[in-house]
Amino acid sequence: MSACLVVENLDCGSVREVNFTLAVGECVSLAGASGSGKTRLLRAIADLDVHSGTVRLGGKDRQCFTPAQWRRRVTMVPAESHWWADTVGVHLNGSPDVDLEALGFGPEVRGWAVRRLSSGERQRLGLARAAALEPVVMLLDEPTANLDAEAIERVEHWLAERRQRDGTAILWVTHNAAQAVRVAQRGYRITASTLQQAFP
Amino acid sequence: MTLAQLSWLDLSVAAALVVLLAVLAARARLEVSRPLLISAARMVIQLALVGFVLEALFAHVALYWVSLMAMVMLILAGWEVVARQRRRLAGWWSFGISTGAMFISSFSVTVFALIALVQATPWYEPRYAIPLLGMLLGNTMNGVALSQDRLIEGAWQQRDVIEARLMLGQGWQEAMGSVSRESMRSGMIPLINGMAAAGVVSLPGMMTGQILAGSPPAEAVKYQILIFLLITVGSGFGTLLANRLVARRLFDERERLRVDRLVEMQSR
Repeated sequence: MSACLVVENLDCGSVREVNFTLAVGECVSLAGASGSGKTRLLRAIADLDVHSGTVRLGGKDRQCFTPAQWRRRVTMVPAESHWWADTVGVHLNGSPDVDLEALGFGPEVRGWAVRRLSSGERQRLGLARAAALEPVVMLLDEPTANLDAEAIERVEHWLAERRQRDGTAILWVTHNAAQAVRVAQRGYRITASTLQQAFP
Repeated sequence: MTLAQLSWLDLSVAAALVVLLAVLAARARLEVSRPLLISAARMVIQLALVGFVLEALFAHVALYWVSLMAMVMLILAGWEVVARQRRRLAGWWSFGISTGAMFISSFSVTVFALIALVQATPWYEPRYAIPLLGMLLGNTMNGVALSQDRLIEGAWQQRDVIEARLMLGQGWQEAMGSVSRESMRSGMIPLINGMAAAGVVSLPGMMTGQILAGSPPAEAVKYQILIFLLITVGSGFGTLLANRLVARRLFDERERLRVDRLVEMQSR
């Protein structure tokens, strides 16, 4: 598999000397104790926080992209999604109905009020909203933390399809070791501020 | 018509009413009595002092004295803008941006009005220049302070939403969206309300002053219209400029939201 995202000597404060690659269509899991720096690492790769080190996408340095271009290609989905308009549909302009359906929603979801969404609905719709950008890499921060077993299965299946169909690479933060092995080909763990390979 | 003379006793009666208001506010535990009394005392002292300064300035018409007075007014206005914010940009940024925006807008509008509209001789005649600049600076200061406070508070409170928009590939201006619009609105609303109510609900201060001093009302009205329009232009552009610069400073060159560039002010 060809390298899609390359991270070299990244230092985001709480995690140092981070080196890893993400291949096209690959899913890599990231684990670590609360506060170990998983979210900060994702934010650094998405270029949301100040950090040092090099990040390349498809062989091109991040500086070759404008910040907006970069974040549309390397898109982070936070654990808690935030919304700025009252209606769901305003945020889902680019989301095809087929994605919404795969995540358990009918087309009527576009007319729903954001304030009435449950945390699980927000999480799934947050994924659909980010996927509409057709990113090359998705940085997912505990994307199934608020979901029931059925919804977890839906999300895992939908993301696996995206990887296979579009070649989307995924860095998936999860506390669930069983899920990590289930969804990812490789796994890393942050221990003592360093990134260590957990499996295979 | 001669101007009715006010005695110090008249002023004391008015001051007693302010003290009464402060006492009532204190009893209701509204926590405004202290700033109310301090501001009232400041106003009396500052106006008394400026009276002496203006008399000296009017007696010695010189560009450098007028410029010096204008710079002092500008620096104090910049200081007031910073002091009125709950959070501000760290370092000299808040002061620098506010002062710079007020300088560009108020000074350019004042100089334009003096040269092209008032046409006094010399153009910097302090009898026109200082009151005109004072009114422009005062209103621009209010607009800049209100909108900046709203902008920074909005960015702070909605930082998660702003970052969510950045994550989705929006540029910093788009991500600031409603925060920028709301802050501009809050800076401009007092002016818009003031113009809409002028002559119907309220008689503006300058016009009232001129009429009290014996000017024909028609002449006072013309001056007031000019002042309103100039204030609107100066304050509007000043607020727009300060808003834009502060919003830009909230993001770095990679368009990351930098709330770490904000510091919280001690409550006064």
